[in-house]
This record gives sequence, C-alpha cells and structure tokens, in this order.
Amino acid sequence: MRLDIVTPERQLFSAEVTSVRLPGMEGDMTVMENHAATVTTLRPGIVTVVGGDSAGEFVVTGGFAEISTDGASILAERAMPRADANADILQGVLAEAKAAVEIAESGEASAAARMRVNDVTELMKLVG
Amino acid sequence: MPSLKDLKIRIESVKSTRKITKAMQMVAAAKLRRAEENAQAARPYADRMNAVLSNLAKGAKDSPSAPKLLTGTGQEKTYLLIVATAERGLCGGFNSSIVKLARTEANKLQSEGKTVKIITVGKKGREQLRRDKADLLVGHVDLSEVKQVGYDNAHGIAMDVLSRFAAEEFDVCKIYFNTFKSVISQIPTAVQLIPATFDTVEGGDDKGTLYDYEPEEEAILADLLPRSIATQIFTALLENAASEQGARMSAMDNATRNAGEMIDKLTIQYNRSRQAAITSELIEIISGAEAL
Repeated sequence: MRLDIVTPERQLFSAEVTSVRLPGMEGDMTVMENHAATVTTLRPGIVTVVGGDSAGEFVVTGGFAEISTDGASILAERAMPRADANADILQGVLAEAKAAVEIAESGEASAAARMRVNDVTELMKLVG
Repeated sequence: MPSLKDLKIRIESVKSTRKITKAMQMVAAAKLRRAEENAQAARPYADRMNAVLSNLAKGAKDSPSAPKLLTGTGQEKTYLLIVATAERGLCGGFNSSIVKLARTEANKLQSEGKTVKIITVGKKGREQLRRDKADLLVGHVDLSEVKQVGYDNAHGIAMDVLSRFAAEEFDVCKIYFNTFKSVISQIPTAVQLIPATFDTVEGGDDKGTLYDYEPEEEAILADLLPRSIATQIFTALLENAASEQGARMSAMDNATRNAGEMIDKLTIQYNRSRQAAITSELIEIISGAEAL
C-alpha cells in the first residue's frame, strides 16, 4: 500500500510499504492494505514503517492520519526520521504542552493537555 | 546647460544605480525559485487537510454542538483582518495592493456599522495602515528576523488569533495576502479563516468515502480546525513570500531598464555638448585667422 508522510513544509516520505504502525489517539494501530477507511488523530509518538527498502521509524509530534483502502497518509505538524530526533528538539514541544495544561479551562481540555505532556515525555525517553 | 564634468558624474552615478538594481533583480530571482519550491512543497499538506476537513465539516455543520470555529459565533459584528505584507520595500506595488484591498474592505465594513480590528504581519503594511487606520491596529507580527517563513511562524500567528477568538474579541477573521500567479502578476486575495470555509474538492471525493473516525467526529474536528487555520496562514505567508520576490524581480527589472535608457540619453547629451564645445573652439580659431 501507499504511505505518505507530509508535514506543512514538505513531503517527508512517500513509498510502497507492507504495513505501518501509528500512534493513534486511542491507542496504537497497525494499518495494512485494505484497511477500513479511517481518520484518526495522532498523539506524539513513533510511526513504524514495515516492508521493502523503505522500512524505518519516524517521530511525529501529533497530527492526524487519513487511511483509505489503498493507502494511508500521515499529516504531522512536525515529523522527522527517528535518527534525526533527539530530546532537545522535543523540549520545545514539551514546553508548549506544559503551557497548554496551565491555560486549559475545562476539565476535559486539561486532561487532554496532561495526556499530551505524558506522551511527549514518553517519547523523549524513547528517542533518548 | 550642465557642464561636461557634471554630465560625466551623472552618468557614472546612474551606472552604479543600474548595477545595484541589476544585482537586486538577480537576488530576487534566486530567492523566488526557493520561495516557489517551498510553496509547492507545502501544497500536499494543505490539500489533504482541506479534503479531510471539508468532508468532516459537511456532516458537522448542522449539529448544534459543532465547534464555533466552524459555525461562527452567531453574529457578524466584529471583524479581525490579518494583513500580511512584506518586511521590505522596493518591490513595486506588492505591499500597496494588499493594503489597498484591505483598506477598501475595512472602509466598507465600517460603513456597514461593523467593528474592524487589524493585525498586521510585516512592517510595510503597518506603516501604510498607520496613516489612516491607526486606531484599528490591535497587533503586529514582526518577521524581519525571519529569513524564510516556517510553519512555526504561522503557528504563532494562529495561536494569537485563536486566543483572541476564545476571548470573544471578534466574530469573523479574514487574511489578506498576494497570491502568486507569475512574476508579473500577483493577485491580492482575501481568505476567510473564521468561521472556517472550505474549497469544495473537485471530482474524486464526490463518491464520499465513508470514514470511521477515531475519536468521534466532533473531537477530531475540534482538534483539526485550529491546525487548519495555522495551515491556511502558512499557505498565505508562503504565497506572499513568492509574490514578494516576483514583484521585486519585475520592479528591479524595470528599474534596470530605465537606468539603461537614462544612461543612453545622458551619453548623447554628453557627446553633443562635447562636439558643440569643439565646434565653437574651431570657429573661434578660424575667425581669428580670417581677421588677420
């Protein structure tokens, strides 16, 4: 199936792959060919691409994925190959997430913001 | 009648002006290519975002709990205009054309009794609007330190706009910028950001693929709408960047050509007065010799 990873600034990745694992907002999910059409938001985490020469891992800081039967596209605000990611880059994202917790008004928003802080912290541990 | 020496100095100075405008034109041409590439690279993201959102919005528009970013506040009293211009001049009518469009609309809205607030992006627009709309300016975004607009710049502007919206400072938000058509043509454009509007996707999606949404549609919509505003602002800034370089390129091309024409004219004048001086000197000698 076709997988595209695009950021606002450029197209980061586009190739035929066997499957891809996404950090969905409601849990990780693996997408293969003929997956039901789905739109899901992503939490900060790692996208794992399996299959062919294009296998690899990407770090995303949130965004969403559009999955159709013949492919998937990941629209991430910030995405990079895992090798390029480090804790310093994510520090800014973490600070932003923490600020969001401060200003969150409703209980729902603050829970979502706190979850984001958790996700980013986890991700920072993963990329080291 | 200027002396020969004066003319020579004029010619030299116009020649160095021509060198400068020529250099600026070439710099603009190089920057234009980069700016165009950036705008091109950003298109897939914006297109997908638009496609997914318009799909989502179609279903949610009538729901009473749809986000305000989509449906509006229910009134249209206060308008926030984001006027995006360049940080630098010497680019023909680039800045003026955006300001003119924004000013016309601001006047129209005011005559209809609406309140208008303006945020300027880029120094030049601010300078022009300060003359007659100083009391409407509520904010300014300085991009003079930014060599190349990135998503972060747009994100910052979007956050500012969204927090103002959350504070109920305005009902409708529009952004003004120049769409890049070609080097000689940039089109002043207005796009409404809030309440969100979507270009109808042409062809393809008409079959209306039924998507599963995770989490449910409204949560996604609430998550995506702010992002989409940042994306639209980003697109506007990129179009603007390309337009600015294009406008500067053609303005500098004209300036270079004008300088060339001026040099030609001055050179002719220089040669004429040189020949006139020689002729009159000869006449003096000849008439002197005849008198003997």
